[in-house]
Amino acid sequence: MNWFEKILPPKIKSGAGSGKRGVPEGLWTKCPDCGAVLYRAELERGQAVCPKCDQHMRISAKARLTHFLDDDDWEEIASDLKPVDTLKFKDRRRYKDRLNEAQKATGQTDALITVRGTIERRPLVVAAFEFEFMGGSMGSVVGERFVQGVDRCIDEGIPFVCFSASGGARMQEALVSLMQMAKTSTALTRLSRRRLPYISVLTDPTMGGVSASLAMLGDVIVAEPKALIGFAGPRVIEQTVRETLPEGFQRAEFLLEHGAIDMIVRRHEMRGTIHSLLTTLMPEWKAAPPEPAGGE
Amino acid sequence: MNLNFLDFEQPIAELEAKIEELKLVGSEGGVNISDEIARLQKKSTKLTESIFSSLTPWQISRLSRHPQRPYTLDYIQRIFDHFHELHGDRMFGDDHAIVGGLARLGARSVVVVGHQKGRDTNEKVFRNFGMPRPEGYRKALRLMRMAEKFAMPVVALIDTPGAYPGVGAEERGQSEAIARNLFVMAELSIPVVAVVIGEGGSGGALAIGVSDRLLMLEFATYSVISPEGCASILWKSADKAADAAEAMGMTSKKLHQLGLIDEIISEPLGGAHRNPEAMSEILKSAVVRNLDILCSKPVEELLEQRQSRLMQYGNYTTG
Repeated sequence: MNWFEKILPPKIKSGAGSGKRGVPEGLWTKCPDCGAVLYRAELERGQAVCPKCDQHMRISAKARLTHFLDDDDWEEIASDLKPVDTLKFKDRRRYKDRLNEAQKATGQTDALITVRGTIERRPLVVAAFEFEFMGGSMGSVVGERFVQGVDRCIDEGIPFVCFSASGGARMQEALVSLMQMAKTSTALTRLSRRRLPYISVLTDPTMGGVSASLAMLGDVIVAEPKALIGFAGPRVIEQTVRETLPEGFQRAEFLLEHGAIDMIVRRHEMRGTIHSLLTTLMPEWKAAPPEPAGGE
Repeated sequence: MNLNFLDFEQPIAELEAKIEELKLVGSEGGVNISDEIARLQKKSTKLTESIFSSLTPWQISRLSRHPQRPYTLDYIQRIFDHFHELHGDRMFGDDHAIVGGLARLGARSVVVVGHQKGRDTNEKVFRNFGMPRPEGYRKALRLMRMAEKFAMPVVALIDTPGAYPGVGAEERGQSEAIARNLFVMAELSIPVVAVVIGEGGSGGALAIGVSDRLLMLEFATYSVISPEGCASILWKSADKAADAAEAMGMTSKKLHQLGLIDEIISEPLGGAHRNPEAMSEILKSAVVRNLDILCSKPVEELLEQRQSRLMQYGNYTTG
């Protein structure tokens, strides 16, 4: 710990409980990677990418969608769905309480937002995981919102994009959460039959049941720099094989090297790259018809 | 303490040992003690019935991975004829944690795939404790594609702690291998019957488990994570595995109540390991009965029903 870290209030040091790679609260903030002190508002304008070291910090689903989509013309899909605690699951805490807390902290009802919107006026459906909501874990609501998003694509003949950020399946929903892997994959089977493009974007982190289903099924798989991506978590692997893991193991660059993903794209170039990919995959992908002029 | 019996089975083990002893004495001494043996056997049956009628989810979880429990090849040997094991994924290697091949089941040709655990230490290591690597899932996928080509139904036997968490497995795309299987099995144009015969461990189990009919042996379990894993994450202590097993509702009875599985296959008294022959007979007739129904359906109907069922999984409210 250097002298500067010592004088920082603990709130800033710990990132105020928002996850160690997320954007901490407060006027000023510190890059979790290079330690540069950054003005928070400016960092947010820069999509939470450290201007000094290019560290891509975690961002909320809402911020993600705001940067990615045209700013008007949003329609949230299946936003009325809410999680239920069928099993009355209780570990050290009740699932119900964890849900309430996550809902308060994120302003979201569950860990996935699905939006029918446009980029450069062209229509598509985009799903984005909210990692701050119980680690972006996939339960029934996440699965259903994903599926309804895919269904909308099939109805309208438009492409689908998903930004993953998840620790995996939601244990508190037990086997039902595992079945969401099969459910989302089945929806993608149908999308694929219709020859509609699916671009899967893997952001930090994409692990477990989400990685082993919808995330790895993209026609094109894109990842953000240094994102942690894998099936088993590094700690579990370390305990199993009893050896230290190689440098950069399970990072986006490692996956690219091993042929698991197509490309690594920086956050600032994401919108442009995906737009270009989709116009190439779907040259007939048309802009939404202009709104009829008012008063006529 | 008999290591082939779990702690709650010990009273049964003791009685059984006594019976064996008496039988030995009887055959040596020429004394007629058959009445005593019959009495003890009756007692043993009663005891087993009473122990097995009130098992906790944690006890069932331990039964599902009982060291004597029949594994995939034990069933294949008893249920199928002309089994030809087929090896390898044609890309990297042959994973011994998943076995599969062509076989005859009654009047039908089928493809059978399943997780395989080992019984002694060497075999356990050889089978990687039933934890597949990507090449195992890719082998299974290759065989299922072959089943589709030759219009043969697939029988999948599930018994794994989970997909292997190792460096090589990650390097070769464990996630992709599992995801690909889910994707392909959702549209496989032949009937698939999956049976959880022991431990249904998470994505590693589901990766060969997307099916038209999902059956479970009575004392098998199926869950999103092992009770120990769940306990160490949510309770911060693996010692709370019993609580986790209870909370996750991973038994056949609970999953049937929740509508997540189609059928529970009863096990012989004392569990499958006490009578593998009888268990195999029961399992065979359940699989054949389900295949009879599925094979009579037109492919379109089969796929429509499979996919709508997969789409129905989930509990939520609206508004």
